[in-house]
Amino acid sequence: MRRDGGVVVIGEDVAEGGPYGATRDLVAEFGDRRVIDTPISEAAVTGVAVGAALSGWRPVVEIMFIDFITLALDQLVNHAAKARYMSGGQLRVPLVLRTQGGAGVRSGAQHSQSLEAWLAHVPGLAVVMPATPADAAGLLRAAIRADDPVVVVENKALYYEKGEVADGALVPIGAAVTRRDGRDVTVVATSRLVGEALAAADELAAEGVSVEVIDPRTINPLDRETILRSVSRTTRLVVAHEAATIGGFGAEVAAMVAEEAIDRLAAPIVRVGAPFTPVPASPVLEDAYLVGRREIADAVRRVLRW
Amino acid sequence: MWLLRAFEERVSELVGTGEVSGLVHLSIGQEAVAVGVMDALRASDVVYSSHRAHGHFLARGSDPGRVLAEVMGRRDGLCGGKGGSMHLVDREHGLLGASGVVGGTIPLALGSALVARDAGRGDVAVVFFGDGAAQTGHFHESLNLASLWSLPVLLVCENNGYAEFTPRSAHTKVAHVVGLAAPYRIAARVVDGNDVLAVLDGARELVAVCRAGNGPALLECLTYRLRGHYEGDPAKYREATELAEWREKDPLLRFAPRVSADEAVAAEREARAMVERATVFARQSPFPDPRELTTDVRDPLRNVNG
Ligand SMILES: Cc1ncc(C[n+]2csc(CCOP(=O)(O)OP(=O)(O)O)c2C)c(N)n1
Repeated sequence: MRRDGGVVVIGEDVAEGGPYGATRDLVAEFGDRRVIDTPISEAAVTGVAVGAALSGWRPVVEIMFIDFITLALDQLVNHAAKARYMSGGQLRVPLVLRTQGGAGVRSGAQHSQSLEAWLAHVPGLAVVMPATPADAAGLLRAAIRADDPVVVVENKALYYEKGEVADGALVPIGAAVTRRDGRDVTVVATSRLVGEALAAADELAAEGVSVEVIDPRTINPLDRETILRSVSRTTRLVVAHEAATIGGFGAEVAAMVAEEAIDRLAAPIVRVGAPFTPVPASPVLEDAYLVGRREIADAVRRVLRW
Repeated sequence: MWLLRAFEERVSELVGTGEVSGLVHLSIGQEAVAVGVMDALRASDVVYSSHRAHGHFLARGSDPGRVLAEVMGRRDGLCGGKGGSMHLVDREHGLLGASGVVGGTIPLALGSALVARDAGRGDVAVVFFGDGAAQTGHFHESLNLASLWSLPVLLVCENNGYAEFTPRSAHTKVAHVVGLAAPYRIAARVVDGNDVLAVLDGARELVAVCRAGNGPALLECLTYRLRGHYEGDPAKYREATELAEWREKDPLLRFAPRVSADEAVAAEREARAMVERATVFARQSPFPDPRELTTDVRDPLRNVNG
């Protein structure tokens, strides 16, 4: 925001910082001209941000919970994502939509979803999912500089993670990162499950299994090369995300690897994801719902047993 | 007005010959709204349109040949054939978008108005929409936002009494769209939308309100479409007597006494000649190269990450 006066933040309670404090203190530095509180009107507010982007600003619109993106989808999917294409390249929509999803906070079915696969299916949108504080900052910075719309999907359970963040660093959109090198199995994990995959890898190392962990960081456009290179070496693949397995982003990764490198695979691909139910509220049920280290470790053992 | 009329009649013919395909909504009978409002604007204002878009573009000065070429899916269309009838854009003329989503452009205009308000040069954003769009959430959320933020946006409702095949009375108990302006303390006027001078007068007054920083404003133009909802709609849902009554109130007939007979004949002749030239231009334009299919979606990644 210091670098470019056209960057504005717009959304519900953004001046107060939002429920997780993500935009706290911005209003003190940039004032309410650039940190714009809005009424609870997700559809129109997203449209306002798209219109402002068409008129030259770089708005960062916040949807407080990804669950409420349902209300903003028309503007995001029908307008932001398509304006450049439908205009034959006359228009640009340098818009960032920041939101957060994920379960684990006992808030039930309408405040806990993982809906990123919907968005990754829309041509014209890029979707990033940071797993570390450095990536949250670096991807957001790259998203703001991009001339096309980018959706940043954070995970609320990660808001309490601590980590080094280099000043001004950019994390390129569309570039995966290998979080841990390994020989036996590739685990592609997103967002909160990156940490879970690393924990599973530690556990498996004690059993003599060497796991490579890849964090795509951007789910669309996907860094196919990094994944394919790894799988070609390890010959085994597990894909893990918090969202439901059915129709999830993991299906895209699995299909891509099957198409491009099935001859390199020594075992069927295994997906780790949520069961096909809404997210329950009761702690006992929600714990049963969430996948993590244990499910990833089991999946790795499965592909190794083949 | 004659240009708009002759153009739409030609589009109707080209639907008949199969040279125009897809859903096409003509504005025959509603020409006075587009012409009257555009005459009240200046070049630095921005305009958003609806699914019934051709007239808005022509009245704002878009090249008829390029509009027709777009409607015909040709390479030299405003958007290279990627937009089509419902998604025209002409950035050069400040026409930032029509939309196939009813009500979808209303918040976009607010976004451009937000940028204009901030720039402080007195520019306004204008958006055209039908009376059907006045029942959308986009419209109602936008009334509140525009009023709350005192945005320089002129909301132009073309009330033609029908939304698709259904009369207004079946959609709402609010007799006039302007009835919704008062609760939000929005300046509003209802005008005879078939009287171009009445439209111009209303638009001038309300544009001045917006330019002075006292926006937003709502202009409701009472009008009628003389053709079906889309080309091919037999419009069986309305009485022949109703149609006949409105034919008497045709905006071209209404304006005729204001000019000499010679002037009227010359205006029609000139308009038809322009449409003739536009048709030749559009027909000569090739269809887009199939390789254009995948361009204009997003920047290549290296630009995003630069
Ligand atoms: C969100 C949405 N819902 C439904 C439609 C289908 N549809 C196209 S035009 C139309 C009627 C619009 O009526 P109005 O806004 O009064 O404009 P008019 O067609 O009368 O110019 C409908 C329902 C649509 N395009 N978008």
